[in-house]
Amino acid sequence: MSALRIAGVRKRFGAQEVLKGIDLEVDSGEFLVLVGPSGCGKSTLLNIIAGLEAPGEGTVEIGSRLVNDVEPKDRDIAMVFQSYALYPTMTVRQNITFGMECRNVPKRAQDEAVERVSRLLQIDQLLHRKPSQLSGGQRQRVAMGRALVRDPTLFLFDEPLSNLDAKLRVEMRLEIKQLHRRIGATIVYVTHDQIEAMTMATRIAVMHQGEVQQFADPETIYNRPANLFVARFMGAPPMNCVSARVVSAGDGLAAVIGAGRPDAIQLPLSREAEAGAGAFKDRAVVLGIRPECIAEEDRRFGADERGSIAVEAPVEMTEPTGAETIVLMRLGGEQLLGRVSPDVRLPVGGNARFAVDARKLCLFDPATERLIA
Amino acid sequence: MAEAIRRQAPLSRWVIYAVLILFAAFYLVPLLVTVLNSVRTEQDIGSTSVVGWPRELALSNFGKAWGTYCIAQRCEGISPFMLNSIMMVVPATIISTLIGALNGYSIALWRFRGDNWVFGIITLGVFLPEQMKLVPWTLVLRDLGLSNTITALVFIHVIQGISFTTLFCRNYYVAIPPDLLKAAKIDGAGYFRIFWRIVLPLSPPILIVTVIWQFTHIWNEFLYGVTFTTGAQQPVTAALIALSVSVAEAPQYGVQSAAVLIAALPTLLVYLFGGKYFLRGLTAGAVK
Repeated sequence: MSALRIAGVRKRFGAQEVLKGIDLEVDSGEFLVLVGPSGCGKSTLLNIIAGLEAPGEGTVEIGSRLVNDVEPKDRDIAMVFQSYALYPTMTVRQNITFGMECRNVPKRAQDEAVERVSRLLQIDQLLHRKPSQLSGGQRQRVAMGRALVRDPTLFLFDEPLSNLDAKLRVEMRLEIKQLHRRIGATIVYVTHDQIEAMTMATRIAVMHQGEVQQFADPETIYNRPANLFVARFMGAPPMNCVSARVVSAGDGLAAVIGAGRPDAIQLPLSREAEAGAGAFKDRAVVLGIRPECIAEEDRRFGADERGSIAVEAPVEMTEPTGAETIVLMRLGGEQLLGRVSPDVRLPVGGNARFAVDARKLCLFDPATERLIA
Repeated sequence: MAEAIRRQAPLSRWVIYAVLILFAAFYLVPLLVTVLNSVRTEQDIGSTSVVGWPRELALSNFGKAWGTYCIAQRCEGISPFMLNSIMMVVPATIISTLIGALNGYSIALWRFRGDNWVFGIITLGVFLPEQMKLVPWTLVLRDLGLSNTITALVFIHVIQGISFTTLFCRNYYVAIPPDLLKAAKIDGAGYFRIFWRIVLPLSPPILIVTVIWQFTHIWNEFLYGVTFTTGAQQPVTAALIALSVSVAEAPQYGVQSAAVLIAALPTLLVYLFGGKYFLRGLTAGAVK
């Protein structure tokens, strides 16, 4: 069942068009993450779903009901804000029950709901406190409690973890994910953090300049980005995107980085990639390769060894993170990032040998920036 | 270096103190003269001058000023006029403050077509001189049949006060995070419930400031009082003038001084009890 359907939604503020025709459909129980840089329109879209802003054009359906002209309170939604938006003069209990009070829920039912939610979120000790007496993480929990107590068709999260410190953010991320699994709710979650998007979503909509660049599951977004924007936005460090040329190699095709140079690197394309790349034979393309696809020379990628290409390249810089070492190298005259095992010592300024995983190469049309193979 | 500062500091400190005390004394001389005269007998003042120390403490001036002194052929002192002022200032302050809070809330936290214009026009009232509005008010009061009533003064002060109270409250409420309103709207609260349950409980600092401002301003107001009311309907500020006019033969400075002090007492008390909120409230505004 579709929990949320957005069709042709446009919005402009003055001369600026912030949403340029958004279409999204979310099934019941899904965790949709709207991700994009600031100013991409993701928060405006969330506000339109909530009914806090009206779309200029297009329709919003929640639980198969057209809600364009329905008040926020009647949309059967609950929302968690970046600033938590707890009512400062009310206790935690009053914060949680305020919505039920507005909807005239009987006192008994209110108490039961507070009981259930406060136990679920472990805030039962805090019910009599004011928001100012709570830590950031506790406020976050109360804000979620206020949403959970409603048991709505749709949960809306507006960058709920941005105000937390790094450690707490990771904890809360896990907790929200577990919560989603436990209660099976449908969630629309806005963030600018691609890690949050990757780790929590069942589907991701990557937004940029008022348009959905790609709407897919996290694996597809990561491995098959629809265009260069998605390729560069998702993943840290980002995908290497370098110019290359498609050439024939044996009975197949290959992509060459630095064609015509003595240090040119040739990477064979997979059978699937050849279909899309055929039209670009002997033409320039943008080659996308994830940093983790360039590793130390003895790394094996998957069971099939043919995908692994050995290259030699000058090492320009290394960044040890502890779990791995990020290495900046030069391949065919282009700068690329690789990720090697932390116990490999690389000579900065000298040459080293790497293994390249050629199975997951992405090719983009340099003119349209769209994925071609 | 540090010692040099410590040695130099007291001198400049003393200079600053001396200047400040001088100014304060200069400013307080009229108050001092009034206080001293209020406890001097008529003979005392008559035989020396209006400036002088009391030879004996005569507290009877206050009793006379309050209850028996004759103002415009009525010998009831200023107490009926004090009552008039209270009947005027209490409702006018409460009503104008509440309307200002509601206006400020609407302008600061709700978007509607022309909201900035409405705010601009309301605050324009802050800058309009009282004299300009005398004739229009006369016409309005005549048409409403409110001429020469306390109700008329309440009405005027409520309307005139809205500019200030709206300005104060709006500037306080703009600091309320918009997310709070969004959350309340999703929770199902409407315009008045949000005001009553969320905005008003956050408002005591600005409401105290507004009440003090309105109370002092309306209590001390003179022009409307003297223009639109006569005789028994006058507020105390207007009656005090009648008091100084009525003493044809010998000016009774002692009683007059006592009357002035009694008339000034309510605003002094408001300042004493609310002054610290006033100073705090003017700089506050952040809702954390």
